[in-house]
Amino acid sequence: MAKTDALQGSLDLLVLKILSRHPRLHGYAIMASIASTSGDVLRAEEGSLYPALHRMEEAGWVRAEWIKKDTGRRARVYELTAAGKKQLSAEESRWQSVSMAINRVLREV
Amino acid sequence: MSLWSRISNAFRGERLNREIEEELQSHLEEAVASGRDPRETQRAFGSALRAREASHSIRVAGWLESLLADVRFGWRQLCRNKVASAAAVLSLALSIGSCVAAFRLIDALLWRPLPISSPSKLYVLTRKMTGLYGKPVENGHWASPEFKVMRDAVKDQADLIAISDADRTDITWSTDDDTEKAHVAYVSGNMFPIFGLEPALGRLLAPTDDRSHGDSPYAVLSWDYWNHRFGGDPHVLGRSLHIDGQTFEIIGIGPRDFTGTEKGTVTDIFLPLSMNRFATQENMTWHRTFLMLKPGVNAATTLEPLREELSAASHAFQVDCSTCFRGATRANIDRYLNQKLALYPAGAGISDLQKDYRRFLGILALMVTLVLLIACVNVANMITAQAASRAHEMALRISIGAGRRRLIQLILAQSALLALLASVLGALFAAWSAPFVLSLVNPPDNPARLALSADWRVLLFGFVLIVLIVLLLGLLPALRASAVRPVTVLKGGEDPHAPRRLMRGAIALQVAFCFLVLFLSSLFITSFQRLQNRPLGFSTDRLLLLQTVAGQGQLPPVWNQTAEALRAVPGIDSVAISRWPLLGRIAINSDISINGAPPSPTPAWFLNVTPGWLSTMKIPLVSGRDFRSQETSPGAAIVNETFAKTFFPGQDPIGRSFKRGANQFRGASEYKIVGVTPDTPYRDLRAPISAVYYVPFTEIDEKSAPRVVEFATFVIHTDAQDPLALANSLRQLIVQRHNGLRVSNITTQLDLVRDQTVRERLIAMLASFFAAVALLLAGVGLYAVLNYSVLQRRREIGIRMAIGSPRVGIVRLVTLDALMMIALGGCAGVALGFGAARYIESLFYQVKATDADMIALPTCAVLLTALVATFPAVLRALRTDPTEILRAE
Repeated sequence: MAKTDALQGSLDLLVLKILSRHPRLHGYAIMASIASTSGDVLRAEEGSLYPALHRMEEAGWVRAEWIKKDTGRRARVYELTAAGKKQLSAEESRWQSVSMAINRVLREV
Repeated sequence: MSLWSRISNAFRGERLNREIEEELQSHLEEAVASGRDPRETQRAFGSALRAREASHSIRVAGWLESLLADVRFGWRQLCRNKVASAAAVLSLALSIGSCVAAFRLIDALLWRPLPISSPSKLYVLTRKMTGLYGKPVENGHWASPEFKVMRDAVKDQADLIAISDADRTDITWSTDDDTEKAHVAYVSGNMFPIFGLEPALGRLLAPTDDRSHGDSPYAVLSWDYWNHRFGGDPHVLGRSLHIDGQTFEIIGIGPRDFTGTEKGTVTDIFLPLSMNRFATQENMTWHRTFLMLKPGVNAATTLEPLREELSAASHAFQVDCSTCFRGATRANIDRYLNQKLALYPAGAGISDLQKDYRRFLGILALMVTLVLLIACVNVANMITAQAASRAHEMALRISIGAGRRRLIQLILAQSALLALLASVLGALFAAWSAPFVLSLVNPPDNPARLALSADWRVLLFGFVLIVLIVLLLGLLPALRASAVRPVTVLKGGEDPHAPRRLMRGAIALQVAFCFLVLFLSSLFITSFQRLQNRPLGFSTDRLLLLQTVAGQGQLPPVWNQTAEALRAVPGIDSVAISRWPLLGRIAINSDISINGAPPSPTPAWFLNVTPGWLSTMKIPLVSGRDFRSQETSPGAAIVNETFAKTFFPGQDPIGRSFKRGANQFRGASEYKIVGVTPDTPYRDLRAPISAVYYVPFTEIDEKSAPRVVEFATFVIHTDAQDPLALANSLRQLIVQRHNGLRVSNITTQLDLVRDQTVRERLIAMLASFFAAVALLLAGVGLYAVLNYSVLQRRREIGIRMAIGSPRVGIVRLVTLDALMMIALGGCAGVALGFGAARYIESLFYQVKATDADMIALPTCAVLLTALVATFPAVLRALRTDPTEILRAE
């Protein structure tokens, strides 16, 4: 539970960041990437990943495409759009300022 | 982009669900492939259904999806009752189409602003005064010198513009042999610049063209005329045009949309005001005067002071005018001097057609609205009945959590579907019917021409109309249906009478509207019949009229010789000449004085005729004799009975003398009455008979020399049934005589009489059409409601029959309510009818709203329809088989 709470509100940021590093990932790979880069600390709740992806798609931050995988199955891969890149930098700076503020509060105490 | 994809996704909801499903599935497979335990993966993922719903609602415009579902559902509902739905769509289409067509006509004639700059600042000047017969009249025509005085008086705040009505005039492009007709208007040179109009070609008339008479022989063609007469040939510039002995040079083509200020007539040629011979005459009122406020002038505060200034200038002019009242009686002069000047907004143009048809179009609008309401009530009843039969379903929907808004949307979607289908058909109907009705306003000499464009005004009207209809159709049934209380309905105990109460009210409403339409229709139809069958006093049978002109004029013998030549043509029974035809466009009156007394207050109308005119027209003589060929005017006169009664009451008029227009006509004008004819209408079929006197065709001046005649009409009685068959050969015969006479217009006396009733004929025709539609729709509505109520009360009827209720009792049960509603509606209809008739009395001819048969006729029609409509329901009720019903229930 504690792991998901930490993700509250920052799932968008993580997904955008992952996609900016590795374009054309499908949902499972995005989730796995979040888990591995965070050293298994952050884990997106699998069920809520897709509504988030679809919301970002409707917002125009990412675009999706069906590809055929080697196994013969189809997978839906995502990549950032120009608007997504802008959104990412906005979210990043917001995150920075928020975490800096939180750190300041923690130091005071 | 996002909204668009959400909207487009709404149309492919199923496929979208499959895609989301597939993506989620591939996630799970990926997880298993990476070595995770399938069950653990499932658990970690959570509810796939919830994830899918969440994604779906993100990617789809939900409101649209539910709307689409409702539309599909509504469509299935309509398809389930094909006949009822088709009837609903057709009746709505007919009434929507009629409404839109009526709007197009009304808008085009009365409301649509002229295509000029700032039409809202344009006003027209008229004067109100007491008319010849004591009634208030309004005159919109002005003399040019008076116009100039008024123009100078207000030149700081406003511009005055003079524009004559567009008269159908003889024009010639090369030689006299190919004369043709065109609508010619004389305008002051400032009209084009003040209206902000630019030439399509060449130049337009300018203020510099307001020179003295004859100095600006220039003409501007309207774009419309240039196109249909010359096919848009630019070489028409510089060509010359002959009108009435003057020659004009074409200097330009007007802008594309501008066809003059006279709605209903398309001006072909614009000439400078100064070129008309009336332009210098003080007593000739012949053109309209418009006022355009200068930019920045506030209409609200300036208009009344402007009116007063104009009034003062006009009054001063009239007092000074030496020639204005020559020969008029003191009373008549006072009448003129006491006139009141008025200003009206004229942004939508000014024309006689507007004046004549304004109230007629109001009636048309009322009728189409009533028919539309009747149709709407029918369809609303249908939807109510369908919704009532779905009360169980509605209750179920509510109890499993459907919002009431959604239920209202469900029913509104159905009514919107009906309205949209109907409006497509209705638009087609309107596209056909508006020009058709306009084409019926068709006096052959001057058919009405209006631009009936289907632009944003019409579209906006149609859109508002459809929204209103959807609400009218659906809102009440929707609110009713959504207000169901699930508990009572599902128990089967909801008040079964509730929808019927609503429908009974609807019957009363329909009957009231239907009665009103029928009542007005019978007034108009009777009016038209009486007008058409009114005794004329002359025969229109086989009478050909050749309206003939003679340039600067020819002496009477030339005219008489031509008449003689026409008489010699085989197939011609008799030929006579009158200066103008009866019931045509020309009518002239004069004062009458008896025994040197001052002129009488009422004038008399006159007409110059040759001997034999009376017998050609089949007008008998009451006493005395016809003219003799050597008699001249002044000299002998024949009068009608009203003339005799008015001026010689109780005396034998034969042999008595009168003088006409004491100073109006130069020289002695003493007439001795030689004959008396019965009364005949002179200028207007509707007007009461007035005093008329006939004088000989040959007029002589003070020195007893005959005067030349510039125009006259050959009245020809033919042997053949169709008098027009000979017209062209007779016209050729006149041309070949080379005596300066030329036929300008060919018509028949019958057509002139018919022209007098064009409006009445049109009202009667449309009124009978709408009466039939209203009756049909109301009948169908009544049938449907009764049929539904019998179906609803099957069980009750079955029980009543089972316990021995007599058949009369069953019939009463089924019909009593409806009959009461019909009576109620009928009474309301009578009241509405009397109210409406008061406003349009002037459109009736010898018909009163209070005439017994005017009420009896619609009453009978409504009762008969009600009888026919209730019959099937009564039959169905009587055929109810109690055992079957009771077993089934």
